[in-house]
Amino acid sequence: MKPTYSLFFKDAKPEQLESLGGKGKSLASMSQADLPVPQGFCVTTDAFVAFIQDLMTAKGLFASLAKLDTKNMGSLDKLSGEIRSQILNKTIAADIQEDILASYRSLCEMYGKEGELPVAVRSSATAEDLPDASFAGQQDTYLWVVGEDEVLSHIKMCWASLYTSRAIAYRKDHNIPEEDIHMSVVVQKMVNARVAGVTMTLNPTNGDRTKIAIEASYGLGESVVSGTVTPDNYLMDKVIFELVESSIQDKKIALIPDPANKRVIEIEVDPVKATEACLTRDELIFISKIAKRIEKHYGCPQDIEWALDADAEGEEAFTLLQSRPETVWSNKKTETKKHYMSGMQGLVGSLINPLSAKK
Amino acid sequence: MTDKKKKFISPYEHTAPKGSEGWKELYPYFLVFQEQLKEQEEDKFFFCDSQHWPNVFKPFDAMTVEFAVKCLSQYNSRHYVIPPANGVDFKIHNGYCYMSPVAVSPELIEGRVPEFMERAGYYFQNWNELLENWHKKVKRVIDDMESIHFEPLPDRVDIQVIKDGVGLDPTFQMINDYNKLISLCYETWQYHFEFLNLGYAAYLDFFGFCKEVFPGIPDLSVAKMVQGIDVDLFRPDDELKKLAKLAISFGLEKCFEKKDVNEALHCIALEENGGQWLQAWEKAKHPWFNYTSGNGFYSSDKYWIEHLDIPYGYLKNYVEKLQRGEVIDRPTEALEAERDRITTEYAESLDDEARAIFEGKLGLARVVFPYVENHNFYIEHWAMGVFWRKTRELSRMLKEQGFWQQESDMYYFRREEILQVLFDYGNSWAVGVPAVGPAVLQEEISRRKKIVDALATAPPQPAFNNPPKVVTEPFTIMLWGITTEAVESWLGGDEKSSHMKGMAASPGLVEGYARIINDASELDQLKQGEILVTRVTAPSWAPVFNKIVATVTDIGGMMSHAAIVCREYGLPAVTGTGSASTQIKTGMKIRVDGGKGTVEILEELVEA
Repeated sequence: MKPTYSLFFKDAKPEQLESLGGKGKSLASMSQADLPVPQGFCVTTDAFVAFIQDLMTAKGLFASLAKLDTKNMGSLDKLSGEIRSQILNKTIAADIQEDILASYRSLCEMYGKEGELPVAVRSSATAEDLPDASFAGQQDTYLWVVGEDEVLSHIKMCWASLYTSRAIAYRKDHNIPEEDIHMSVVVQKMVNARVAGVTMTLNPTNGDRTKIAIEASYGLGESVVSGTVTPDNYLMDKVIFELVESSIQDKKIALIPDPANKRVIEIEVDPVKATEACLTRDELIFISKIAKRIEKHYGCPQDIEWALDADAEGEEAFTLLQSRPETVWSNKKTETKKHYMSGMQGLVGSLINPLSAKK
Repeated sequence: MTDKKKKFISPYEHTAPKGSEGWKELYPYFLVFQEQLKEQEEDKFFFCDSQHWPNVFKPFDAMTVEFAVKCLSQYNSRHYVIPPANGVDFKIHNGYCYMSPVAVSPELIEGRVPEFMERAGYYFQNWNELLENWHKKVKRVIDDMESIHFEPLPDRVDIQVIKDGVGLDPTFQMINDYNKLISLCYETWQYHFEFLNLGYAAYLDFFGFCKEVFPGIPDLSVAKMVQGIDVDLFRPDDELKKLAKLAISFGLEKCFEKKDVNEALHCIALEENGGQWLQAWEKAKHPWFNYTSGNGFYSSDKYWIEHLDIPYGYLKNYVEKLQRGEVIDRPTEALEAERDRITTEYAESLDDEARAIFEGKLGLARVVFPYVENHNFYIEHWAMGVFWRKTRELSRMLKEQGFWQQESDMYYFRREEILQVLFDYGNSWAVGVPAVGPAVLQEEISRRKKIVDALATAPPQPAFNNPPKVVTEPFTIMLWGITTEAVESWLGGDEKSSHMKGMAASPGLVEGYARIINDASELDQLKQGEILVTRVTAPSWAPVFNKIVATVTDIGGMMSHAAIVCREYGLPAVTGTGSASTQIKTGMKIRVDGGKGTVEILEELVEA
């Protein structure tokens, strides 16, 4: 049977999830749980393996990698450079290419943008192939990629990113055989974010699980994640969705797409708009509701990246970009356990010290 | 911009409106600020309680604040020995009443704890049995009041009095009945607070615990977890809804096209099923039409049972709604499901130990809280309704004897002055000469009327004297919604602003046109879809909540009547704004955010 080289998030069967890489697997499971992720597909690990095996065997690169001494920086860099340029220059085999382009075309159709839909192309490696989480962040992500040729070449750029000097050295040092590595690439509808941010389904300052913390700023979410702007900060009650606290910041800059040049640019935000709350009350409510649903889906507190798509209205605009388990409070056993008084003792305490009741 | 004021005016500097000279004589000497005690009184912080007493008192009516606040106080200070709180000092100034909670010195608080534990603990442990007994006591008081009748003195003492060797005349009975009526009213207010303070204490305990384990939890969440679903206070309105449905099922719609209640009832009587419907109507009246359109604290309150046009108006509106296919029921099932959901979600976020305590405190709060909501029907509506009806009966009788010209005139006298009038009447009857009252009282009534009317031309001050640094007295916070922030905002409240802040009492965001209502008699001005803006609402305004889209009040906390009713009806409410009813004008477009507790004027009125 012909391997599946391209799979829409919605269509991946349980036994196929492994072929989507970490990010792809998570997107597929979210999409199938009706969480509002942007539509898209994965170029499976099978596509990568077929392409790479073909290339490596033909050029004897597996052998070169096996012989490589990672302490010799010169030869490491040279081999890394050679593999990456080979990847970028090699044409993807026709059967793989057909699968990928068929998926891209139907994605374009979904949004009524024939052959023109801007997409994000991201590598979706399997965790064990990567040095560490922070390295994962350096995996290539290409935004505002438009058109069939561009999509194909950026997929190859993702594949090539597995062969940086650092990645090769890491695998060598950890005895991970080159023949075993896998990578999937996620191709996803680009969100034209007017506002984006991160949301935690607990109060990060005290671990209170009845709150939802939201940080948001104008434009694409990269500015919030990378910390180039101080975002607005909102604390919502998770049970009745009331705004508990907010701190509105001066959000001077925003990252926005420059579709003409297929890139993202930094702009200055109108000074009046910059100091206004970037989310309305209704938006805060639906963001909280969706975050709560995501948390329920995963069964533990989540750290969620999202955006509001300028191309959609109301709740439809909410786009889930990524969700990971919250780690700080979830792993913490409440070591400083408070002792609460019950019964009449507690009642007396409340009457004598009602200050807490005022806040 | 002017600098924020640091303190409120002293009552000794706050002058009365022109034409109200001599107003102090209208009220008991111990309830007005006396010159001899200036220094002492200026040391206390007083705030105006326009939540319960929004209007200037007629002399007789001042009894309600006297009995109520005295009885509230005695339960704090003498019955349960609430550790940090004594009574609430109160004064009447320029016709309005002002409160000053009396805290217990910090060094004495600890020593009061064991007594409080024993006394309050006993009530908490035996709550349901004691409450069952409470219902019996209150019903007895009501029956006793109902049994009192004031009739003109007969020409002769009845022959039976002679034959039985009774040896007493009817004036003896009349004077006793008057004293008994006052005493029954006093007894009513004793019972009113027998459970109320403890109810609030348990609520406050749960409230404080929630604030600790769920930092920043909205007050509304706590209220929603405790709030009762089937509350007696809503029964009168529910009865009207039942009657409306019955009218539809019997095909009586056309009778409800009549404007006048008597015409409508006459029309119904002629219909095929009319008799059956009228039976249901009569049944609903007792006791549920003992329901005031005010709050029970004023002799001018109109009770449904004496003004059938009021419930009929609401009923007519319900029938019309049903005919249009609208739903008139309160969403009780949805409210109950929502209450369960909220409670479960908060509870689930706690560890086992904290959850057990949460459930314990919630359990107690739910046992005691129905009283906080329900007592209102039994005391303010039913018992006070009977009380006012009986006083009117007396006033009517004395009017017929020529003591005054209008039924409402009697209320221009203090309660002990009425006793003199009764003696005047009895004396003249016995001696066989005309009573003095008819010759002299009308002039005094006119003089006092002018004083009361003059006082009513000026609104009350929000507060007097130096504000406390922090408001910590638990009942002040719970009952009146007086917080440090609220007091601060009153101090800055002189400036006109299009933004007002109050308590987030019932969630929801609404924009609409404001209608200022200063008195229950103006309620019929409200049009469908308007926002009710008022100094304070009474729970009996419930039926108008089907017309309006939001409520804004000057005074009131999370547990104020407006807050409770609005949550029940799912309407946004902002309470305790301080001055919305004077800053907003009828016809202005406003935005009410009941979740944030803000009110904003969107469109000012165009000056004509």
